[in-house]
Amino acid sequence: MSNDVRPQSLSTFPRLLMHHAQARPNHPATREKDMGIWQAWTWSQVAEEVRAMASGLAELGFMRGDNLAIIGDNRPRLYWAMYAVQCLGGVPVPMYQDAVAGEMVFVLQDAGIKFAIVEDQEQVDKLLENKAQCPELQHILYDDPRGMRHYNQPFLHGLDEVQEMGRIHNRNHPEFLDGEIELGKYEDVAVMLYTSGTTGKPKGVCQTHGAFIKAAESGCEFDKLGPDDNILSYLPMAWVGDHLFSFAQAGYAGFTINCPESGDTVMTDMREIGPSYYFAPPRVFENLLTQVMIRMEDAGAIKRSMFHYFMGVARRCGAEILDGKPVSGGDRLLYALGNLLVFGPLRNVLGMSRIRVAYTAGAAIGPDLFRFYRSIGVNLKQLYGSTETCAAVCLQPDGQIKFDTVGPPAPGVEVKIADNGEVLVRGEVLLKEYYKRPDATAESIDAQGYFHTGDAGFFDEDGHLKIIDRAKDVGKLANGAMFAPNYIENKLKFFSQIKEAVVFGAGKDEVCAFINIDMGAVGNWAERRNIAYSGYTDLAQKSEVYDLIRDCVEKANAELAHDAMLSASQVHRFLILHKELDPDDDELTRTRKVRRGFIAEKYGVLIDALYSGKASQFIETEVKFEDGRKGKVSADLRILETKTYPAQAAKKAA
Amino acid sequence: MSNGRQIGEVILDLQNISLRFGGVKALTDISFDVREHEIRAIIGPNGAGKSSMLNVINGVYHPQEGTIVFRGQKRHDMDTHEAAEAGFARTFQNIALFKGMSVLDNLMTGRNLKMKSNFLLQALYWGPAQREELEHRRKVEEIVDFLEIEHIRKTPVGRLPYGLQKRVELGRALAAEPKILLLDEPMAGMNVEEKQDMCRFVLDVNDQFGTTIILIEHDMGVVMDISDRVVVLDYGKKIGDGTPEEVKNNPDVIAAYLGTSH
Repeated sequence: MSNDVRPQSLSTFPRLLMHHAQARPNHPATREKDMGIWQAWTWSQVAEEVRAMASGLAELGFMRGDNLAIIGDNRPRLYWAMYAVQCLGGVPVPMYQDAVAGEMVFVLQDAGIKFAIVEDQEQVDKLLENKAQCPELQHILYDDPRGMRHYNQPFLHGLDEVQEMGRIHNRNHPEFLDGEIELGKYEDVAVMLYTSGTTGKPKGVCQTHGAFIKAAESGCEFDKLGPDDNILSYLPMAWVGDHLFSFAQAGYAGFTINCPESGDTVMTDMREIGPSYYFAPPRVFENLLTQVMIRMEDAGAIKRSMFHYFMGVARRCGAEILDGKPVSGGDRLLYALGNLLVFGPLRNVLGMSRIRVAYTAGAAIGPDLFRFYRSIGVNLKQLYGSTETCAAVCLQPDGQIKFDTVGPPAPGVEVKIADNGEVLVRGEVLLKEYYKRPDATAESIDAQGYFHTGDAGFFDEDGHLKIIDRAKDVGKLANGAMFAPNYIENKLKFFSQIKEAVVFGAGKDEVCAFINIDMGAVGNWAERRNIAYSGYTDLAQKSEVYDLIRDCVEKANAELAHDAMLSASQVHRFLILHKELDPDDDELTRTRKVRRGFIAEKYGVLIDALYSGKASQFIETEVKFEDGRKGKVSADLRILETKTYPAQAAKKAA
Repeated sequence: MSNGRQIGEVILDLQNISLRFGGVKALTDISFDVREHEIRAIIGPNGAGKSSMLNVINGVYHPQEGTIVFRGQKRHDMDTHEAAEAGFARTFQNIALFKGMSVLDNLMTGRNLKMKSNFLLQALYWGPAQREELEHRRKVEEIVDFLEIEHIRKTPVGRLPYGLQKRVELGRALAAEPKILLLDEPMAGMNVEEKQDMCRFVLDVNDQFGTTIILIEHDMGVVMDISDRVVVLDYGKKIGDGTPEEVKNNPDVIAAYLGTSH
C-alpha cells in the first residue's frame, strides 16, 4: 500500500476531518436529538470538539500506540472520540455496549486497554467491576454525567472536564495537535474491531486508515454519495458496518450522521430525519415488515384490502420498475396509483421516503423480504463483506439486482473461489493483522495474499457472487444431499411469526428444527383470538401456536421442494423453544447470529428427542438476566411432525 | 445509604395529629417529623391510615386535633392548591392522569402552577406566553430525559402499560418542581423489573434534586432498601418509628405484621 495515489492531506481520518472543517465549515456533520430537538454540529465545530478531546487525552497521558475502548450507544462524542484518538496516533477499540461486564474482560485484557471513553454510569459500573482484572486500565472517561456525582475515584473523568483541559492545552500549545496529526500515516492502524466470535474467542481485527479510506472511497463513488447525504447511526458502533457507514464513509464524503435519541425511538427518529442513505442488517428490515403487517391486521377492512391489492401489483412489477426494466402500461398506471395510495405513505411511515440507497448485509436476506422493500420503491441492495474486509467485498450495482446474489466484486477487490467452495478475497481493504495473533493471521491470509472468508459461495453466469452459507456449516445429509442450514433457517425466518430458527440435519436422514416465535407478531395474533398467555414460555407451548407454526414450516417445505439442490432438506419435525435465544446466554453472537454448535450442545436432549420421534420432551435451562443474575426456565416441549413434499426440481415457480 | 446527600433539618413536624370521620377514628395522636432531603416511608397493614396521613400532609383532610409545623411555622388548615404552592406534589394509588392526552401534555399540566402569563396571551401563544411555554417545554423535556420516556413522548397515556403510566405520573409530580414529594404506593401492581426501575428513579430524584420524599409502600423489600426512616401505623396509631433496621426489630411492628402467638 502506498499513499502516492492519494493527496497526503487526505490520507488519514483526522486529516479528512480537518479537510472538511476547511472545505465545508458550516455543513452539518453530526446531529443528535437532545431534549426533543435535533441539535447539529458543523464540521468546523466537530473539528474543534475533537481537538479539545484529543489534547485533553494527551494531558491525561494518552500515548501514541495506546488502545482506547469506546463503549456506548451511538453518541456524537463517542464518534468524535475515534477521531481524537486517531489524532494522537492511538487506536480506538469500539466495544459492544450491551455486553455484560464479564464478557468485556476478554477484550479489555486482550487489547491491553489503558483508556476507555464510555457513554454513561451503566458502562462505568461495568468497567469498575472489571477493573481488578484489568490492571492496565488507567483512565475512564464518561460522556453523560448523570448519576456520576458520587463517584470520586481519581481515574474517572467527565468528558466535559477533559475537553476543557484540552482547550486550555490548545491555547498554550497551539501547534501541538497539528504536529501529532502530521505524524499519522496511511498505513497506521486506524481502528481495531473485534470479531463477534461465532467460533471461539473474539479476535481483534486491525484495520489501517488506508483500508477503511479505500473501502469508503469505493462505496461512495459506487453510489455517488456526497456531503448532502444523511444517515441514521443506530447500529452498534463496534460493528464493522456502522464503522464503515457512520464513520469512514461519513468522514470520507463529508455527509451528516444522525444519532437517535435512544434505542426505543429509532423508528420516530428515522421518520423525522428521512435519511437518504440507510444501512441495516436483514433483522431490522424483518422487524419493520413484521410491524407493518401487524398494523395492517389491525387496520380497517377497506384499508386492508387496498393494501393487499396494491402489494399484489407491487410484487408483480414494483422491482422491475425500480430496475428500469420494461413493464406494461397498465401495470405502470396501477403502480403509480398504488404509489400514491399505499407505497408512498408506507415509505413515509417507515422513514424511507428520501432513501436513494439502502444496503443490507451481515446475514443472508430472505428473497421475499428483499423483494418486498424493492417492490415498494426502496432501492435496497445487498453487499458482502466482513470485519476483516472492511465490509466491502461485493456491492450490487443499481439496476442489476438479483435477490439471491450479493453482486460483483467492488472496485479494487479481487475475489476467487477456492476448490472447496470457499470465497477468497484480496485487495487494499484487507486487515493488517489480528491483534497479537500472528498464528490466526497466518491461518486466514495465505501466501498469495488471499483472505479466507470462511463463506461458501460461487459466481453465477453474470459474475455475481452467491453466498450459500458458512463453509464449515454446509454439510451433507445421510443420503449425500447438500444441507445448508442457514439457507433453510432464512426461509423459515421470513415468516413474521418466526423470529429465530435453528435447523439440524448434517449426517442425519432428515432435517429437524428449533423455532423461536416472534413475541410481537404471535402475541398480537393470540390476543386477536382471545388466547390468554402469561409470557413467552406459555405462549410458545399453546397448541394453536404450534398449528400456526406448522403451517409456516409446511409452506417453507413446499418452497424447498422446488429447489434443485435443497429439496431433500425439508423440515420433518420441529419444536418451539421455551425461551428466546439470547446473546446473554451465549446462544447468539452480539450481532445475533445463531451459534449452532453451542446450541446443539446445550439442547442436545431436545435434538435427541426430535430424532427419536417422541411427542414431547422436558427441559430446564439456566438463563442470565441483563444485570448478570441467573434464573431457570423449564417446560415440557411438544414436538410436531410436518408434511413434506416430493421434489419438483424441474420447474422453478414462486 | 452512603452517598453524599446531606440530610438536613426537620422540615415538616406533625404533632399529635388526630383525624376522625364522624365516629371513625382514622388517625389517633400521631406525631412524627420529616427532615429535609430524606426519604421517609409510611408503612402499615391495610386500613392503617397511611393514605389519610398523606392527605393530611397535603391539605386534603384537616385533622381535628394536632399541629403541623412546616419550615418552623405552624401551618393553618391549608387548601390543596396552597399546599401545591408551598412545594408539595403527589402521585396517587390509582393513577390520576388524563388518559386521552399525550405524555407531554400530561407533564405540561404539572407545570400549571408555574405558568404566570395570562390566559389570553397563552391562547394567542404570543410574546411572553410563547417564551414561557418554551421554557416549560424545556423543563418537561428534562423530565422526559430523566425518566427515560423519550419513546412515548407523544403516546396517549391510556395506551401505555401500567408501569409506564406510574412513571408518567411521577413525571407529572416532578414537573411542579416540588420540595416535598408524596408518593402513594408508587410500586403497587408492578413486576420486579418495573419496581427496580421505579426504585432507581425515586432514589435519583432524591439524590439529584434533593427532593424530600414521603412514600407509602407495601413492598417491605423496597421500603427497607430505599428509606432513611420509616414510620409504622396500625389502626390509626403509630406503633414504630426509626431506621429500617430499628423498625424491623421492633416487636410491636412484628406483631402487627405477622400476628402474635397466644
